[in-house]
Amino acid sequence: MTLRIGRRTGAVVAAVSVAALLAACGGGKQPGGPAAGGDGFSAWALTGGTEDMFRAQFDSWNSAHPDDEISVEWFANDAYKEKIRTAVGAGNSPTLIYNWSGGTLADYVANGNVVDLGDSTAELDERLIPSVAENGKIDGTTYAVPSTHTQPVVLYYNQEVLDAAGVEVPTTYDELLDAVATLKDDGTIPIALAGQSVWPELMWIQYLTDRIGGPEVFQAVLDGKEGAWSDPAIVEATTRIQELVKAGAFGDSFGSVNADQNADTALVHTGKAGFVLQGSWVYPNFMEAAPDLVESGGLGYTTFPTVEGGAGDPDNIVGNPSNFWSVSADASPEAQESAKEFISTQVLSDDAVQDLLDIGAVPPIVGLEDTIEEQADTDHPSFVYGLVRDAPHFQLSWDQALPAAQSQALLDNLSQLFLGQIDPEQFSEAMDATL
Amino acid sequence: MSVAVAPPRVPAAREQEARRPAPGRSRGPSLWMAGPALVLFGVFAVVPLLGVVVLSFMSWDGLGDPVWAGADNWGRTLADPVTQNAMRLTLIVTVVSWLFQTPVALLLGVFMAGRQRYRAVLSVLYFLPLLFSAAAVAIAYRALLDPNFGLGTALGVPWLSQDWVGDPDLALWVVLFVIGWCFVPFHSLLYQGGVRQIPATMYEAALLDGAGRVQQFLHITLPQLKYTIITSSTLMIVGSLTYFDLIFVLTNGGPGNATRILPLDMYLTGFRSYDMGKASVIAVVLVVVGLTVSLLLNRLSGSNKMESQMEGV
Repeated sequence: MTLRIGRRTGAVVAAVSVAALLAACGGGKQPGGPAAGGDGFSAWALTGGTEDMFRAQFDSWNSAHPDDEISVEWFANDAYKEKIRTAVGAGNSPTLIYNWSGGTLADYVANGNVVDLGDSTAELDERLIPSVAENGKIDGTTYAVPSTHTQPVVLYYNQEVLDAAGVEVPTTYDELLDAVATLKDDGTIPIALAGQSVWPELMWIQYLTDRIGGPEVFQAVLDGKEGAWSDPAIVEATTRIQELVKAGAFGDSFGSVNADQNADTALVHTGKAGFVLQGSWVYPNFMEAAPDLVESGGLGYTTFPTVEGGAGDPDNIVGNPSNFWSVSADASPEAQESAKEFISTQVLSDDAVQDLLDIGAVPPIVGLEDTIEEQADTDHPSFVYGLVRDAPHFQLSWDQALPAAQSQALLDNLSQLFLGQIDPEQFSEAMDATL
Repeated sequence: MSVAVAPPRVPAAREQEARRPAPGRSRGPSLWMAGPALVLFGVFAVVPLLGVVVLSFMSWDGLGDPVWAGADNWGRTLADPVTQNAMRLTLIVTVVSWLFQTPVALLLGVFMAGRQRYRAVLSVLYFLPLLFSAAAVAIAYRALLDPNFGLGTALGVPWLSQDWVGDPDLALWVVLFVIGWCFVPFHSLLYQGGVRQIPATMYEAALLDGAGRVQQFLHITLPQLKYTIITSSTLMIVGSLTYFDLIFVLTNGGPGNATRILPLDMYLTGFRSYDMGKASVIAVVLVVVGLTVSLLLNRLSGSNKMESQMEGV
């Protein structure tokens, strides 16, 4: 009797442990978490970086509207990304939805989760740099407005390393290849690349595709045109990527380098690597980790090289145009009105612009040249500002622009492309299958 | 245990009375006592599990309403090369983890159960990895194995500066090693307890018969540890099917797909690609495989017979 119970208990215990573990990671919805939604005006915001600017905006709103205070929850970046989609899907999202536009915003719009912002953005729209504001529009309707600074991808380099090897800053792809060869012979890693994080690899395929074929090539992918990933420009871009890898441009251990711990920028400021292609968000890290190098002018930055015979405008940039606010369709009409008023009165207001400039960040607002010149550190903000202002096209990072499933497939295949596990044809074939 | 709490002997008649079960009732504690556990089990395991089974036949991206998709998800998932690769990797992880951890844990456990000098100090050291959270271990190893700033550079040993977690051919083995490093202490502890249970008289008898250390180990320790080995193996194998946090932080399934085992594939499909239907299929597969394996182990090991190993002692 007892023996048989023992066996059953064993089976049940095993079943419980397996089921509980799996259900914990595999179950559909994740209930719980901070209460949001409801009738009041609410927002979820991100900690770090520009937190102070957002806090000042919320405080300013609250003191102007004591009877309609905004309730704010703060999240770390990754925690937020995991949570927000579930909340929006369940109709529990905050009134103001922080997002990165692109494929996720398109999903929200398709499911009727966010509202048309209408006239509330008219005044702000006039002040915004058009190539940035464009990202918040879907079929000409504004569903999201830029909420913070703009972050293009820039080619950073360590001038001391380049000087020691006798390398000039490259302006064309061929010069870049030469620089790679020289730096490699000199015993340094020519270009730092955080291959473990994978997304920094996107910057290479994005810039190369744009320089070779222009923004239309990726637009065809976004439009879901059959065979869009087999465009000659993309095949040439992926071929050049493998050419760079084979030339040793990224060293022989880029797969172990992780961008979350700034291991790629560390390679540059410690003099172990010459270049790094990264978003302008790494600049504060350079200032913090290597103040001497930055102050002495040892840290250089330039635009991505042109590719000979390429159709793309060399002024085009890729990166993170801005982060955005959208307004939840599940919020009460009163809360939606409050959110729209918040957008027209607080978002990128003069105070907010100043807060951003104070931390060396660049707001996507026109006519800031003189204001930036008055700041303590002018070189980097001026460079970034000029880059964004003069860019005919500002391409949102492909992983943000594409729907989630396609963007995961892209990261997956791109990683294999860099590792040499698949060739350019296999890459295009695998990606065409996702369209 | 039961000996210690045994009541003083009572007259035979009273004993008979006490042993006779009340009409319509079986002996032992009331089934109601299992209530709270069953409710928790139902709400947090059975219901989500059923939800996952239903979801595996639906198409849902996390937004909007799930749409019935029939067997579509199943065909799509089982034909997906990424998932097939994940299944292969999970099998490798399970088998190699067992092959690597069992002997190491067994030998360490036997050693820790002994009476050697410094044994206690060394046991504490072996025990340490058990105290760290998997995420902390993964972050620490990622830093130590960094080819540019890690252990190799710090110690000036170029051989240690390999592309440990960035080389598709190396990463899986590194992951297996770190998993082993994490879990061997736990299994050693099981074996230590098991060895301590073996009566010293057996060894004394063997010694008189002229058995050496190796023979004692092979003919007394190993057979006596049969059930400990089964327990440890079940935990190890079922655990291998659910390894997640350590690999998630250490490699995130990379480079490429080199360490994307099934639980990770499930998570990435569900919460990165937002393909809940496909992720649910993988979850159901994991549940079925996990349950089958643990039931099989129970059956094969003959633990339903549970015969005593102490007969004649």
